[in-house]
Amino acid sequence: MHIPDGFIDLQTSAVFAGLAAAGIATALKGARTQLDEKIAPLAGLTAVFIFAVQMLNFPVVAGTSGHLLGGALAAVLVGPWAATLALTVVLLMQGLLFADGGLTAIGLNIFNMGVLGVWAGYGIFLLLRKLLPKNKSSISLAAALGGLLSVPAAAVGFTIQYAMGATATFSTSAVLSAMVGTHVLIGIGEALITGLTVSAVLASRSDLVYGWKNNNQKLELRSAD
Amino acid sequence: MLTNRRFYIIGFVVSLFFAGVVSFYASSAPDGLEKVAQDIGFIDTARDHTNADKALADYGVKGIDNERASVGVAGIIGVIGTAVVAGISFKLIARKSKKDHN
Repeated sequence: MHIPDGFIDLQTSAVFAGLAAAGIATALKGARTQLDEKIAPLAGLTAVFIFAVQMLNFPVVAGTSGHLLGGALAAVLVGPWAATLALTVVLLMQGLLFADGGLTAIGLNIFNMGVLGVWAGYGIFLLLRKLLPKNKSSISLAAALGGLLSVPAAAVGFTIQYAMGATATFSTSAVLSAMVGTHVLIGIGEALITGLTVSAVLASRSDLVYGWKNNNQKLELRSAD
Repeated sequence: MLTNRRFYIIGFVVSLFFAGVVSFYASSAPDGLEKVAQDIGFIDTARDHTNADKALADYGVKGIDNERASVGVAGIIGVIGTAVVAGISFKLIARKSKKDHN
């Protein structure tokens, strides 16, 4: 999912660099209200874990692999604002040190994985958390399904960028169906890793999990009414 | 419930293990985007990465010929580097947020 230099023209890349910068600025503001010294280390560990697991490409169909994006996972663990920042750190490390993701494409990649993937995953998570029974298994399941859908959402992000500024001339609808089809399959791996990781953290330190704490607080408020 | 210290040590060691050891067994097939670009035909529009010749390009350490060691060391460097950059960034944000609240 890391876009190399050259796929998308410089004008479109610049537009998305601007959008990514706006997303990061908003996330910095939001994280300041949510991040305290107790949670900050978990945000750091989340970035580290996502970097590590992104190295583990798993096979999907013949000749294709995928890896964790981690947007939904990060959003459930540390909240959507810190999630965007964690993904930004990971993508910068990968682009600058490991030549993974083009330097002119850094805004495109941060937008797709660090903003779109985070918010699509977190949105689905919030919706399902509302619908499912209030327990830890529901949190893990909601996180997994958020993860599942965050991957095709990021793939749609690429397709939009392709439509706006591809250097090639193949039809956008062909790119859209191929991207979404492939990335729904990769999303299954994303769902498994996200669900397992969230349940492991819930089992060991549920007090640190943003998507669980935050839910309990809301329940307390309602019962006080 | 794990203690704070134990929780973070386990999380970090698991990350080191994934990036340093398991990464060698990762699939080397093209990823979703690369495969789509090949199938549809725009893979040729990709340019080489600006840092393609740098020491850690493509998750390998230049100069280490053993592939298992090369990807493993690159992964460990990445985990430690990410920990330093993310650790400092989030600590600064948390400190700033404390100041805002006071």
